Amino acid sequence: MRHIISVLMENEPGALSRVVGLFSQRGYNIETLNVAPTEDPTLSRLTLTTIGDDHKIEQITKHLNRLIDVVKLVDLSEGSHIERELMLVKVRATGAQRAEIKRCTDIFRGQIVDVGPSVYTIQVTGAADKLDSFLEAVGEAAIMEVVRSGVSGIARGEKVLSL
Amino acid sequence: MELLSGGEMIARAMEDEGVEFIFGYPGGAVLHIYDALFKSCKVPHILVRHEQAATHAADGYARATGKPGVVLVTSGPGATNAITGIATAYMDSIPMVVLSGQVMSHLIGEDAFQETDMLGISRPIVKHSFQVSRTEDIPEIIKKAFYIASSGRPGPVVIDLPKDLTNPHDKYEYNYPKKVKLRSYTPAARGHSGQIKKAASLLLGAKRPVIYAGGGVVQGNASEQLRVLARELNFPVTHTLMGLGAYPASDRQFLGMLGMHGFYEANNAMHHSDVILAVGARFDDRVTNTCSKFCPGAKIVHIDIDPAAISKTIAADVPIVGPVDSVLTDLLAVIREMRQADSSLPDASSLKHWWSQIDEWRDAHGLWVKPRYDISTPYIKPQQVIETLCKVTHGKAYVSSDVGQHQMFAAQYYKFDEPRRWLNSGGLGTMGFGLPAAMGAKLAFPDADVACVTGEGSIQMNIQELSTCAQYNIPVKIISLYNGYLGMVKQWQDMQYEGRYSESVYENSLPDFVKLTEAYGHVGIKVTQLSDLEEAMKEAFARKNDLVFMDIHVDPHEHVYPMHIAPNGSMRDMWLSKTERT
Repeated sequence: MRHIISVLMENEPGALSRVVGLFSQRGYNIETLNVAPTEDPTLSRLTLTTIGDDHKIEQITKHLNRLIDVVKLVDLSEGSHIERELMLVKVRATGAQRAEIKRCTDIFRGQIVDVGPSVYTIQVTGAADKLDSFLEAVGEAAIMEVVRSGVSGIARGEKVLSL
Repeated sequence: MELLSGGEMIARAMEDEGVEFIFGYPGGAVLHIYDALFKSCKVPHILVRHEQAATHAADGYARATGKPGVVLVTSGPGATNAITGIATAYMDSIPMVVLSGQVMSHLIGEDAFQETDMLGISRPIVKHSFQVSRTEDIPEIIKKAFYIASSGRPGPVVIDLPKDLTNPHDKYEYNYPKKVKLRSYTPAARGHSGQIKKAASLLLGAKRPVIYAGGGVVQGNASEQLRVLARELNFPVTHTLMGLGAYPASDRQFLGMLGMHGFYEANNAMHHSDVILAVGARFDDRVTNTCSKFCPGAKIVHIDIDPAAISKTIAADVPIVGPVDSVLTDLLAVIREMRQADSSLPDASSLKHWWSQIDEWRDAHGLWVKPRYDISTPYIKPQQVIETLCKVTHGKAYVSSDVGQHQMFAAQYYKFDEPRRWLNSGGLGTMGFGLPAAMGAKLAFPDADVACVTGEGSIQMNIQELSTCAQYNIPVKIISLYNGYLGMVKQWQDMQYEGRYSESVYENSLPDFVKLTEAYGHVGIKVTQLSDLEEAMKEAFARKNDLVFMDIHVDPHEHVYPMHIAPNGSMRDMWLSKTERT
């Protein structure tokens, strides 16, 4: 099963490499990863998605917690949460296709953020499966380049991950 | 407020931290630090002959005393040579602080002379690491390093020190913190009381209990609590390789070591138990044999300071995270309460039955009941050497070992009654550990007998330390079991590769160890006859101020038994001799 693990950690040099190193060292996979400082510049928020059974996920969270730089973490998939990913797609858009791609972008509530004579650059945000669907809808033939941010997430309701 | 340079801060911090010895080796990147040590530091420095030995000596010191060992090495090769010793300490959870030099800040990343990414290389084998980026941070970082290394589940911490930050001209206020707090690091202080209650009732309901205690009991200073609990309940105790000494070996309730080369009675008691109390142990693959066949009828209570050690390979029914000493104390209190309410617990007749079963196993194949090795050969048996060592030192010596057959014989036949006496590389299995580790222990306890049990293979991996022992007068006794082979490799080749001794034979390439020892200014004794063994060993230990190298020629074809049958065996499946199996 896919899990979204959200980590609050010290914004220190080397902290990220410890997290990433842990995954390769213990044979776990990282599907997506993103990291940036929080409103408190001494803390970073790292979100990663990984796939594994309950035993593996438990081991991953325990080993992450063991890292000195990790302040707190939560497996967002355990409760209701909001998941978002941002994607930038450069597509070939000529002739009749221009209108078709524009329509498709509207349907997925995306935005065309850059326009060229034969290309569109489209921004789409949402859960990872929505982005997958958009790529499918546009079709492989038209796609020139895809850049995805990796998943970010936050718990619903009052629950927060903070100091 | 006093102003100090980075180098001086390090020297002073060692004093303020109460460090007793620094094990190290100088080089370009740490010359400012060494100059500061020379000028002002009261902490003695031990100049080893190879940085690996510095880490093992610090490690041996830490195992014997419980205090963090301290290592100082230069950048590049100095740092990389220290890696094996850091990994050894990491695998066995030994507190250690390693100060490694680094090239000057502005050269980092430019492939400068003797530059290596020490933080990167050591990352998977340290509890934590720091790279100093401002001189004024040095005191706090050192304090944090000692705190992290020695608290929670202990482990090695590396501090990487760029040379420019230790230069003698830039001075800053020095104020060594009394305490540090890390918001991201708070080791558990107590076990969960609800879990402890559950554990207590499970233990009191047990009919066939066994206590399986590991290195965590030694590192967590919980031997006393373990002894009281085990005796009060009359439960059998077995130890992992790392736990030996936590429970007294000469006590009737002790079943010997368990696992791959564990005692017949210990492995059988585990396999047939209904409740296992695992304390500071980690269900290592050298203990469990095949996980899916591990102790099929047992409920498991698992106490450990590290949550990641619990249910890693074998699921625990009652996990308890906390320091083993306080958890055992709390557990004992709950057990006493429950027994006051119902004095019939645990069931005495079941326990009596269980003990008679265990005694049967012990009588049948126990290693301490009578010799189980073949004494019809003309050779000295390696087991006899360890038995003699135990006798001559009254079971009270600090015994380090290297890795191989001799290590297993030492673990099986030296009866450790006290914790912190048995110093061996259990997790990483590092050959070359023994001699430097013995040095660390002997420096810490100069009046105690310290023996290094080794073989002619392992000893050559750090034999250069005979020179260090000469310089600082460290009179350890080296008990080298000479069989002309890499014994454990040979044993596996005998058992699994039809006796094809691929690169495990030394042929005629070995030095005369007596002469070699004498060349370093020490004493060498060669023993080839059993009748000479005890007298020779007595003489060695009577030479209080001499390092004595005992070159003892033993049966080249001996194997270590029992030995788990693998793959696909359970705890109770063992070879008992070359021909006999369960």
